[in-house]
Amino acid sequence: MGELDLWSMLFVFMLATFVGFQVIQNVSRLLHTPLMSLTNAISAIAVVGSILIAGERESDVTTMLGVVAVAASMTNIVSGFLITDRMLKMFREKQK
Amino acid sequence: MNEHFIQFSYFVAALLFILSLRWLNHPRTARRGVAAGAAGMAAAIVGTLLAPEIVDYKWIAIALVIGTAAGIPLSRVALTAVPQRTALSHAFGGLAAGLVGTAKYIIWLEHGQLTTFRVSAIALEVILGFLTFTGSLMAAGKLQEIIPTRPITYRNQNLVNFMLLTVAVLSGVYLAFGDPHFWPAYVALVVLSLAFGILLILPIGGADMPTVISLLNSYAGLSAVAMGFVLDNKLLIIAGALDGSSGLILSIIMCRAMNRSFANVLFGAFGQVQAVAATGEAKTVKSATPQDVADIMTHADRVVIVPGYGMAVAQAQHRVHELYDLLTKRGVDVKFAIHPVAGRMPGHMNVLLAEAEIPYEALVEMDDINPEMPQTDVCLVVGANDVVNPAARHDKGSPIFGMPIIDADRAKTVVAIKRSMNPGFAGIENELYYDDRTLMAFGDAKQVLGEVVKAVSGDGGGH
Repeated sequence: MGELDLWSMLFVFMLATFVGFQVIQNVSRLLHTPLMSLTNAISAIAVVGSILIAGERESDVTTMLGVVAVAASMTNIVSGFLITDRMLKMFREKQK
Repeated sequence: MNEHFIQFSYFVAALLFILSLRWLNHPRTARRGVAAGAAGMAAAIVGTLLAPEIVDYKWIAIALVIGTAAGIPLSRVALTAVPQRTALSHAFGGLAAGLVGTAKYIIWLEHGQLTTFRVSAIALEVILGFLTFTGSLMAAGKLQEIIPTRPITYRNQNLVNFMLLTVAVLSGVYLAFGDPHFWPAYVALVVLSLAFGILLILPIGGADMPTVISLLNSYAGLSAVAMGFVLDNKLLIIAGALDGSSGLILSIIMCRAMNRSFANVLFGAFGQVQAVAATGEAKTVKSATPQDVADIMTHADRVVIVPGYGMAVAQAQHRVHELYDLLTKRGVDVKFAIHPVAGRMPGHMNVLLAEAEIPYEALVEMDDINPEMPQTDVCLVVGANDVVNPAARHDKGSPIFGMPIIDADRAKTVVAIKRSMNPGFAGIENELYYDDRTLMAFGDAKQVLGEVVKAVSGDGGGH
């Protein structure tokens, strides 16, 4: 990986952190618990790195590490999105 | 062509993740946010599965099935157990980061492709990942009360912890700038990070868990960012940065709500001894029956209910909802005052009350409700204690001095439902209960509220 890639990644990191701060400060305080379970599910995007390791067949050890990582990430994806939706369904407006 | 398609799927995923969080700004659009997030995730997974490096799909399929099978029951836990589930998912996130980092280290070690940059990024990913893994398991254990919730301390604790982390970081520095092939240093780094996670959470008490969960959330996000640097994957960097900044913002909110610093939460061992100092003078309280409480509330114009975690422990939220309905039908204005640390994780109380079918417009944040307190006829405190203790405003000797509170004492009448006069978690006396305008209704919150509800509905004054 070239040195320039490092710089482009740092730029992405800086901008994404900034976007994150802006967007999250606007999240309704009512929804901070669903926020945490949603960001949790989103950061389980680690699944893409895990899938590559599990599918590369580099060695038995690394395949197994990848498999456990895929299973752990997938658990977070499934439970994270489902429970966030389950909680959000409960927030209802006043019936008029 | 394939590479372009994969990058395109990541690009779409990144966009959808940002929109997903954007839509959480209002309960009305929030579920759209979940759909966007899930769609982004699906796009990224499909894109990745097309990658040419993948030669074997069998193990991936098995792992995806296992993860789905484990995830579904975890999404159905009781809402009181959501903090534990959240801590557990931080643990899984940390574990995945640590394992992927380790696999990359092994692969690059065998191919002789370890560079200073790669090793630095791996070291960061693995330290953060594994300390988040064990730390979050500890937090989940404390929340589930498998592990004692009180702080566990020993001599020179902070020094020992600090040394462990330093040695772990030095191992990483040696691998990056010395000999990256000296794998025992890598093993040391892994073991020390795992140990550090455990030791970091040991001295933290149950009451600080909202902050700790938020902080671990932030670490889990940062470990995903580090993974992005290791794998040269910008989507991971973006998603991790969103998660990391969210965790950081929530931890700051939690710390402010308790008037504490990060250092104090992490190293302060708050709430450990604090034997109640005998206050010499015998104070008297006024007690009230459920019928009295019902009478006061039906004659009020404005009622504010202050719920605490004790309400959820007593499973009293559905009684609270019945009371809310009855009073609202009679034209009483009923609101809920939500302290940021009410419950066991950020926003927990809102979810518990939403489950009890209380409309979210009635849930008001501390800063917005406090100016209304002097015009409030009755403030009903259910299962809350420290967040309504006026000592936080004026008693410099109190452990909670400086903590922002809900101004229950400024209401015309206060009704507090409590099991007994035993003080709260930190053993702090609450002078609110001895105030002239405070009535104490003793008993189990669910039972007392049930009787209040019966008295209000039997009163027949309304419809």
